[in-house]
Amino acid sequence: MRTVARLRRAGLPYLLLLPALLLELLVHLVPMVIGIVMSFKDLTQLFLGNWGAAPWKGLGNYRVTVDVDAPVGATLLHSFVVTCAFSVLTVGLCWLLGTAAAIFLQENFRGRGLLRAVFLTPYALPIYAAVITWAFMFQRDNGLVNHVLHDQLHLTDGRPFWLLGDNSFLALLVVAVWKTWPFAFLVVMAALQNIPKDLYEAAALDGAGMVRQIRRITLPSLRPINQVLVLVLFLWSFNDFNTPYVLFGKAAPEAADLLSIHIYQSSFVTWNFGTGSAMSVLLLLFLLVVTAGYLLATSRGRKHADA
Amino acid sequence: MPSDTVRAPRTAGRRRSPTAPPRSFLWTRRIFLTALAGFVLLPVYVMLSSSLKPLEDVSGAFRWLPSELTVRPYLDIWHTVPLARYFTNSLIVAGSATLCSVTVAVFAAYAVSRYQFRGKRIFTVTVLSTQMFPGILFLLPLFLIYVNIGNSTGVALYGSRGGLILTYLTFSLPFSIWMLTGYFASVPRELDEAAYVDGCGPLGALFRVVVPAALPGIIAVAVYAFMTAWGEVLFASVMTNDTTRTLSVGLQGYATQNDVYWNQVMAASLVVSVPVVAGFLLLQRYLVAGLTAGAVK
Repeated sequence: MRTVARLRRAGLPYLLLLPALLLELLVHLVPMVIGIVMSFKDLTQLFLGNWGAAPWKGLGNYRVTVDVDAPVGATLLHSFVVTCAFSVLTVGLCWLLGTAAAIFLQENFRGRGLLRAVFLTPYALPIYAAVITWAFMFQRDNGLVNHVLHDQLHLTDGRPFWLLGDNSFLALLVVAVWKTWPFAFLVVMAALQNIPKDLYEAAALDGAGMVRQIRRITLPSLRPINQVLVLVLFLWSFNDFNTPYVLFGKAAPEAADLLSIHIYQSSFVTWNFGTGSAMSVLLLLFLLVVTAGYLLATSRGRKHADA
Repeated sequence: MPSDTVRAPRTAGRRRSPTAPPRSFLWTRRIFLTALAGFVLLPVYVMLSSSLKPLEDVSGAFRWLPSELTVRPYLDIWHTVPLARYFTNSLIVAGSATLCSVTVAVFAAYAVSRYQFRGKRIFTVTVLSTQMFPGILFLLPLFLIYVNIGNSTGVALYGSRGGLILTYLTFSLPFSIWMLTGYFASVPRELDEAAYVDGCGPLGALFRVVVPAALPGIIAVAVYAFMTAWGEVLFASVMTNDTTRTLSVGLQGYATQNDVYWNQVMAASLVVSVPVVAGFLLLQRYLVAGLTAGAVK
């Protein structure tokens, strides 16, 4: 009886995990394995309904996607560069806005609670509703942006297109920053609450001004949280699909052709699932390498700081 | 905050307390915060004001104020596209995905937060890392699986609500497990032990002690999972058909060959935002606490 009871106790955690394990298997592991297998097959629309019959292609899909002299590889490389630029800028701007807003709201003053709620609005709105509104604002003839820039401030020659051509990158960036920065704000705001108040008081008594206090106390205290925050923001913007899709539709303009939408386009518009899967496997590998490298670098930095 | 009340009142006399910020800082703050609030609220204003405009106003050059106020767009949105059906679909899909992932996550999070067992690390690392994977990585194989199952067995997963719900678990399940583990870890073990002394088994301790103690957290996780599913676009754009379309895809229907009914688009955007914004505002405190607790750890 005792051993049965002990066995039951030892098995209990697994029993509790069973539903989660089964679902994880179903929605993550099996699809990932199939995704990898797909990337080695010549999976065009002919074989979509019976994928087992699709011929093997070996590394062919990968060769096509990394061959930068051929059209598929060239556009993928372009899309990769666009995504990198987009992510770096989004992360930087979101961090800057979030940190500044959190520092400015650190102290209590009238209207602080209201501003906090206002700043979190982009976070609460459904993404597509917010992005559709931005798409309306960026319309050439009836949008707010051109009305302000051209009709009211006379800053632009004529009415530029914002959702076509090179401007589209800027439009995408503005929308992405608008909806992502509140997360940075939220996280930094919480981290600020853990900094002891007397640090500031001591610094003030020593004659350190506001700017100095921020540089010497606030920013260093935020370092550990910033490391996590930057990584999360980077992964989000690198994988972003919703913003470009709602803003531009199935085919984003070249200047704003993020990887997610590029892979989507290669798979569901040109129906080449083999190359689409190869691209997403490469994307995953890239993200894994970057994440691992980043974690390694930041943890080493932390060790140095401790020593 | 109590520490603020301890500080010398800023208005008292000429002498300012040494920790009081200088005037230049106050001005920078005022300007920065006003500009930022303007940036944040601009789309909200456009959404609201345009939803009350007649079609002429949103087709011509932008106007800050409607030429005449009308609620027509709010009535028309239901006929131009089957918005009510999209609404129902979104409710069912987001609701089921939330219910399923939170229920499953309660057990998993309990196991992870209370027991040591072999494979625990692998499990948590897997759950954590799937959150960083791009959605497109799961979309392509899941699409293929659904189409092939449909072809060989006749079970129509592709285009069905059930199929879509399953795909939503790819993001809501790991997220729920991760957040709930954090919440459960913050419930003191002594409470479980007290329950054991009172004769509860492990499940009794979970449902009589841990779940009630972590209830605000569980609700916050559910709200967040619901919000994410309500706003999801990628899977919905591929895995739905005319009858199962959700709001995220359905809202594109206001654009016709000749015209985009922008006033109706804005009215519909506002209507679909109301449930989640209300939920967010009600539970803001718990949500923020949970999100940041997860991120800080």
